[in-house]
Amino acid sequence: MTVFMCILLGFLVLCAVAASFSKNLLNTVLIFMSYSLIMSVIWILLESPDLAITEAAVGAGVTTVLFLLTLKKIHAIMKTEKDMQPEREPSGQEGEQQDE
Amino acid sequence: MSKKVPQEQYEKTISYKFRQWLNGSKDPYLDTVEMKPQVPFCETESERLQREEENQQLAKKVYDLEHNAEIRLFGKMYKVFSVIFCLFLVTMLLIGVSYLPTFGHPENPANNEVSERYIEKGLQETGAVNIVTGMILDYRAFDTLGESHVLFIATCTVLILLRLDKKELQKSNEANDRIYEPKNDVILQTAARILVPPIFIFGIYIILAGHLGPGGGFSGGAVIGAGLILYLNAFGFEKTEKFFTAKTYRRLSFGALACYSLAKSYSFYTGANHIESIIPLGTPGAILSSGLILLLNICVGIVVAGTMYTFYVMFRKGGY
Repeated sequence: MTVFMCILLGFLVLCAVAASFSKNLLNTVLIFMSYSLIMSVIWILLESPDLAITEAAVGAGVTTVLFLLTLKKIHAIMKTEKDMQPEREPSGQEGEQQDE
Repeated sequence: MSKKVPQEQYEKTISYKFRQWLNGSKDPYLDTVEMKPQVPFCETESERLQREEENQQLAKKVYDLEHNAEIRLFGKMYKVFSVIFCLFLVTMLLIGVSYLPTFGHPENPANNEVSERYIEKGLQETGAVNIVTGMILDYRAFDTLGESHVLFIATCTVLILLRLDKKELQKSNEANDRIYEPKNDVILQTAARILVPPIFIFGIYIILAGHLGPGGGFSGGAVIGAGLILYLNAFGFEKTEKFFTAKTYRRLSFGALACYSLAKSYSFYTGANHIESIIPLGTPGAILSSGLILLLNICVGIVVAGTMYTFYVMFRKGGY
């Protein structure tokens, strides 16, 4: 069990460092989500399942969804082409031209 | 003994790719996920000056600082009163802290009597098998009431910051909403149809069994809120607004908070005055046991679930 714990803690440190050093916002959010997931497993190993449930629901679930939504609001993630066709917004068009 | 490798071979190694990824110069998602490259914010000197000038003119027009004596007085009084208020608060807190026992002293009540009593008599006094729930919802229920109110105030702040007017909402509704919603995505809808009922049932189980096993109001409410968000993403606002609107949220959260406050003030009153509480504790281990804890768990769960969902809706649309 101690070896497993050490591996998890190592992952935790790695995730924390990578989340702060990654230059890409989407990467940061995904790494942060995996950080919360590992943290909830560690809570179970520390014998506090109450916290593990909360961490999994809030940290990995709701916070990530809110982060992704914010990234979309500030146009850091592009729309798919299928969504683009019914309406064309000026802010979306520029990004599409850059991509292609 | 390191040997020099050619550039092409070096570019294929994992360490090179990892460094590239850390520096953000190559994006592994750029070709696969629709991602817009980040451009740094740049502004020429003339644009900046023009923007500042416009801001100043606007402020002058709105506040009319030279002629309006009231606003000038308010500005001065604001600074004075904020300093006085801060000093008052700091003094109150310091006086309060000076009455506390020394930090880390072995004779402190928190180190012997309190935890001993919680562990030895917790089951007998609160009737909760899960001792953590017994502590946070019976001995320390006042803290949990504060937590619920913090969540409520956070929702109020989000509402103030992100809410749109009704007219504006109707105008921007269709145009705004389609971006964030995968319309009629078959994979998402099938997954949601299978996953949402177990998520709801699991959340309800966590809330109802909070005094018997691990869990409680906050975690169960968060699970239910996440399930609601998944359902909304899959089926859109038409379906969710059949059972959850702003009016429902207002009524539910008001009802739950009021119920919590009333139940808790009753138990504080009876506890502090040595009056016998008429609510039976029941047999430990049964669902209907441990007095008011089940009711309080349900209240906290309702508030948290509604708050999570409302956060998401406010971030996405700005009103519902």
